[in-house]
Amino acid sequence: MTKHTLSVLVENTPGILTRIAALFARRGFNIDSLAVGVTEHPDISRITIVVNVESLPLEQVTKQLNKLVNVLKIVELEDSQAIHRELVLVKVRADNETRSQIVEIVQLFRAKTVDVSPEAVTIEATGGSDKLGAMLKMLEPFGIKELVQSGTIAIGRGARSITDRSLRALDRSA
Amino acid sequence: MTEQATGAHHPQPRARSAAQQPATVEHVTGAQSLIRSLEEVGAEIVFGIPGGAILPAYDPMMDSSKVRHILVRHEQGAGHAATGYAQATGKVGVCMATSGPGATNLVTPIADAHMDSVPLVAITGQVASKSIGTDAFQEADICGITMPITKHNWLVTDPAEIPRTIAEAFHVASTGRPGPVLVDIAKDALQAQTTFSWPPHTDLPGYRPVTKPHSKQIREAAKLISQAARPVLYVGGGVLKARATAELKVLAELTGAPVTTTLMALGAFPDSHPQHLGMPGMHGSVAAVTALQKSDLIIALGARFDDRVTGKLDSFAPYAKVVHADIDPAEIGKNRAADVPIVGDAREVIADLIVALQAELAEGRSGEAARERYAAWWRDLDRWRDTYPLGFDQPADGSLAPQQVIQRIGQLAPKDTIYAAGVGQHQMWAAHFIGYEQPATWLNSGGAGTMGYAVPAAMGAKAGRPDRTVWAIDGDGCFQMTNQELVTCALNNIPVKIAIINNGALGMVRQWQTLFYNQRYSNTVLHSGPESDGTEACAGTRVPDFVKLSEAMGCVGLRCERPEDLDAVIQQANAINDRPVVVDFIVHQDAMVWPMVAAGTSNDEILAARGVRPDFGDSEDD
Repeated sequence: MTKHTLSVLVENTPGILTRIAALFARRGFNIDSLAVGVTEHPDISRITIVVNVESLPLEQVTKQLNKLVNVLKIVELEDSQAIHRELVLVKVRADNETRSQIVEIVQLFRAKTVDVSPEAVTIEATGGSDKLGAMLKMLEPFGIKELVQSGTIAIGRGARSITDRSLRALDRSA
Repeated sequence: MTEQATGAHHPQPRARSAAQQPATVEHVTGAQSLIRSLEEVGAEIVFGIPGGAILPAYDPMMDSSKVRHILVRHEQGAGHAATGYAQATGKVGVCMATSGPGATNLVTPIADAHMDSVPLVAITGQVASKSIGTDAFQEADICGITMPITKHNWLVTDPAEIPRTIAEAFHVASTGRPGPVLVDIAKDALQAQTTFSWPPHTDLPGYRPVTKPHSKQIREAAKLISQAARPVLYVGGGVLKARATAELKVLAELTGAPVTTTLMALGAFPDSHPQHLGMPGMHGSVAAVTALQKSDLIIALGARFDDRVTGKLDSFAPYAKVVHADIDPAEIGKNRAADVPIVGDAREVIADLIVALQAELAEGRSGEAARERYAAWWRDLDRWRDTYPLGFDQPADGSLAPQQVIQRIGQLAPKDTIYAAGVGQHQMWAAHFIGYEQPATWLNSGGAGTMGYAVPAAMGAKAGRPDRTVWAIDGDGCFQMTNQELVTCALNNIPVKIAIINNGALGMVRQWQTLFYNQRYSNTVLHSGPESDGTEACAGTRVPDFVKLSEAMGCVGLRCERPEDLDAVIQQANAINDRPVVVDFIVHQDAMVWPMVAAGTSNDEILAARGVRPDFGDSEDD
């Protein structure tokens, strides 16, 4: 199985997340990660979904998603042609002996220390899942007290915008 | 980047937008706005039952001269009646119910319409918007409940949204791949003052059904057809929905290819046509099932390779290339990979295919040349057809054969009679032994297999087509699920005719128990009584007495138990047109549906009758 990142542009209407999540559930597809937010157009939300499927079932997923009336557009963002980012907040056990080593790792991964207390530091890091995975592996020996991760968001490289056409469609109907 | 939005590259038919300015603005309540909207979209009949939350809508309903409301006895009846109406007339069916249990009673017919792609608009009342989410009296999240079984649904809490939502609901239900939608309207939105103007401004930027097929794919398909030696036209319900039966006949006769129509497509191609092989699938004809298995090209038109058609999928039609045309892109490649996928409306696809094939014909690659190439194919097909025709045995004890009852009803009814079936053995026999020559003459619950469909669907069909005779072919199990709608028929001058094929048992389940469960008849005998050992179906009681029950509901009740009375009783029923008629046909309990492909096995294992595997000349033992 391979990971695929789908950017789904939807009308910003109540219940749309339920419609999409329920569709995945009833068709038997697992969502690896999911992130939702508004776009530059207040009437359009963008849902980034990472799914772990072969290409044939993926085609079925996108076709079924396209049948949802509130879904405007679906684009698969391939790794090589898009920037993928996740956000991690991680609370690591730290004392006077280990704190400097932890800060060194933070710098190596171009992460940020966002909170410090005598027993712990909290780190904020963004990046692709490989980089964040590597950083967490380095931090693990110190003791991870708490970890929270966002879903992946992604955007295509280059000047072209995937929202252009959909915005026009929306403007036409307005 | 890979663009996946299939609709984005085609010109898109759009929802009616507010190009012209509405003439007048009326000051009305939300309820009046709803009824005015229904009038404007052309809804003629609404099947429903009032209740607390929908009550405001019923007040202006009383004054409408355009919308006729038929008061049913159970919301499930309203849903199936709207489905029957839609399938018989080709228009959108409408049903209405109140919140909570009223709405949840619509769930089965909505799911049924979803599986069979029937255009249906369900309108439900919802508790007042301030009470939503508080577990208020008769509150149910019907939008959440019906999300997976509707094409789309709407919750309306703002009365100003009512006209737009109704217009969008009818548009979504009836265009593209048709299907059910639900509009849930909060009670306070129905009560509030608002304005009404028509046409409303509709807004469906994400809804763009593709109807025009891609010309390159059409040319590819035409090429494959002209090169094939053993083609089969595999016709599904989409051809009926697209009203493409005239085009289909032209295409079939142009190619000379055999035609098989699925359970959902009976009537799409005349049963009497020499190129018609019958129905494919689990209980399909030997010729149709075998034709698909041996075919080298399947041309699927508005069909979806359902498991009841394919049997064990990986052994289905192993030699066939597939041209798959469907209006729903998600159906193409879902179960069976397509060599030539065509997204489009069946009527446009077939029309374009005809033109493309005529071009092939002009170049000598089709027509007579193709038909000569098909000659060997037709020799095989004719041999299978002649050796294994549909048939049945007369019971040795002199009782009625259920197949004969259904066959005689078909033969004695007027030509353009509409038939509605329940689900089970009687449904399969009705598919086999009645000849369907016209579209929209066969209504049944194909995908969902909803027992109890026949009586309310027949009611809906007769309400929509009062000029036609409507016969429901029902089982005694099905009949006991929804027969209360005969009261609705009797009180609203909807004179349907119901044939109860009464074998005293849940016949199809009993058949499986006979074949696969060592004749242990667990809980399938319906009329057992103190004297019955629970295994002999007809030896039990006559509880309920269907004749008395029918009379109690304002219908004529008749009974037929002997073959020699059969024609007279059917003719008696045919002659009654002022009231509903119910005929209780007491038939042999152990009749079985043949041919049969056992569930989960390959279509190559079709049995023409019990223990009889057709000889295709390919067995290595022979």
